[in-house]
Amino acid sequence: MLPALLTMVALAAAAGAAAALATRRSNEDKERLIDEIDALLPQTQCGRCTFSGCRPYAAALANGEANIDQCPPGGNATATALAKMLGHEPRPVDPRYGSVPARPLVAWIDESACIGCVKCIQACPVDAIVGASRFMHTVIAAQCTGCELCIPPCPVDCIVMRPAPA
Amino acid sequence: MAKPGVRGGLRLDAHKERSTAQALRAASPAKTLVLPLDQHAGAPAVPLIKPGERVLCGQPIAEPGGTVSAWLHSPASGTIAAIEPRPAPHRLGAPSLSIVVANDGRDERHAESARAAFDQLSPEQLRELIARGGIVGLGGAVFPTAAKLNSALRVQDLRLLINGAECEPYISCDDMLMRERARDIVFGARVLLHALTAQSCVVAIEDDTPQAAAALEAAIADAHDGRIQLRRVASIYPAGGERQLITAIFDVEVPSGALPADVNTVCLNVGTAAAVAHWIRDAQPLTSRIVTVTGDGVLEQRNLDVPLGTPLAALIYDCGGYTSRMSRLIMGGSMMGQSLPHDDMPVIKATNCIIAASALDLQPRAAEMPCIRCGNCSEVCPAVLLPQQLHWYAAARDLDALEMYGLADCIECGCCDYVCPSQIPLAECFRDMKPALNERLAARSSADAARARFEARTARLERIESEQLAALAKKRQELTKKSS
Repeated sequence: MLPALLTMVALAAAAGAAAALATRRSNEDKERLIDEIDALLPQTQCGRCTFSGCRPYAAALANGEANIDQCPPGGNATATALAKMLGHEPRPVDPRYGSVPARPLVAWIDESACIGCVKCIQACPVDAIVGASRFMHTVIAAQCTGCELCIPPCPVDCIVMRPAPA
Repeated sequence: MAKPGVRGGLRLDAHKERSTAQALRAASPAKTLVLPLDQHAGAPAVPLIKPGERVLCGQPIAEPGGTVSAWLHSPASGTIAAIEPRPAPHRLGAPSLSIVVANDGRDERHAESARAAFDQLSPEQLRELIARGGIVGLGGAVFPTAAKLNSALRVQDLRLLINGAECEPYISCDDMLMRERARDIVFGARVLLHALTAQSCVVAIEDDTPQAAAALEAAIADAHDGRIQLRRVASIYPAGGERQLITAIFDVEVPSGALPADVNTVCLNVGTAAAVAHWIRDAQPLTSRIVTVTGDGVLEQRNLDVPLGTPLAALIYDCGGYTSRMSRLIMGGSMMGQSLPHDDMPVIKATNCIIAASALDLQPRAAEMPCIRCGNCSEVCPAVLLPQQLHWYAAARDLDALEMYGLADCIECGCCDYVCPSQIPLAECFRDMKPALNERLAARSSADAARARFEARTARLERIESEQLAALAKKRQELTKKSS
């Protein structure tokens, strides 16, 4: 009786440990897959894909909760690369998710009109706007990804998109 | 893995003896000197003077336009005739914004404050002083020397390598410098050792330059400095390539994508060391350099000490003018030099050699034929690449493959085209593809930076939120305690 009981307990413990290990491994694999997908994305962090940034979109793709055609800044090259990695049928970016200009644009603040409300600074996903409350703000052009997220919150409409400096 | 060692390369006819037969002499002064503001690597310099102003010989006329940039000094006394775009040799004749100095021939010197002995200065002060001399690498890459020293200092235990291995055919300016000014090189090496707080220095030369070796040996013995030693390397082109030389001397390989500092080495050209000596010891900034004028298309083949900005036409005139056999003008050597469309361009800090080539010197390339996959190119490639594959992918503009096959490691030495039986201009094709690849690498690194900032911001917002929640919970707890 006792040996049988012990065997059963041991077997249950072993099965549990194996299951935990498998879960952990599959979590690690998932993280690695998310990293690999994220590396293909343009890191604009614009949210046009409906997710809150490039990595959240990568996670959704890894979980099969998003399509490969949702990234306008990456364009068809990114859509093709994603299709190849995930084994999907390649297709162009769905225009419903928006479009991006052929030449890269960056945000520019008309500093004479800026009232220093810090709303654009809070909106910028990549910390590319400097300034303080009631002081003029400015965009660090070299770090701007052109996501346009700073434009809607501006109460005085003093932000426009301009061609990136060479 | 195979032991590191110098691989590939070619034994080439040096063609140096024709320009080393006569002693070094100063070039005749030119009436106008043209100084492109972007003649060094990095950001263009910013002018400090206005047209019409009088300047003196050695006076600073442009300051660095960034952290990687260089000072520019007037090579003559006179007036600033203009600041305007002029054809520039490093742009193969395309215009580049330049300061034009009208030389008054009086050679009045800019008063420099007296120099303290270099070992009285701290290494930081010395590096700052080197920057103010406008000194850039004179081996060809014209990278600002002070920026190189400063960036190398992130590494401990640096060793200095002074590169006197002038491997490319036709060029003999470093050979003449070593023969005639070996003491300057050794003095410069001692200054650089102090600026880097380094403890050892190797001066490397090729084994086919006996006069230079004797002069350097004597100069090193005279200096009584045990830190400096002379080493010889086999004269197999491109032995003087920075990475190739480091491998030959120290038996380590500079990894792909890394810099010599990553293997504890700072490599500088002998001309750069001599320029450092002239500036630190004699208070002469970099306003002239030694230029080899050679080729069957010029009457007198020799080396001259030429003020920067001297028009190439004036330099050729100084050497007796063109011969009737002249066919092509080249800046640089016969392997990596670039054809210039005309001679209305100035000598710049990068001008080590001017070849007025006849059809016999450099035979025109025959028509390109298809690659027959002979593999000769990969046997001679000193960067251990597969040029035939790179050529294939360059034709298809396949940047993924070009990156994977290591195009970024190509040093454009031209060994592959030299041996190609199908006359394919491989190095040129690689040079053309590099900007596209670099753009892609830059886009990737800026995407990586954007990702890092996004992640930092996300973490910061989460931290702030959790701190606020914790503060709220604490306050609630205190209030409940008070009321109970």
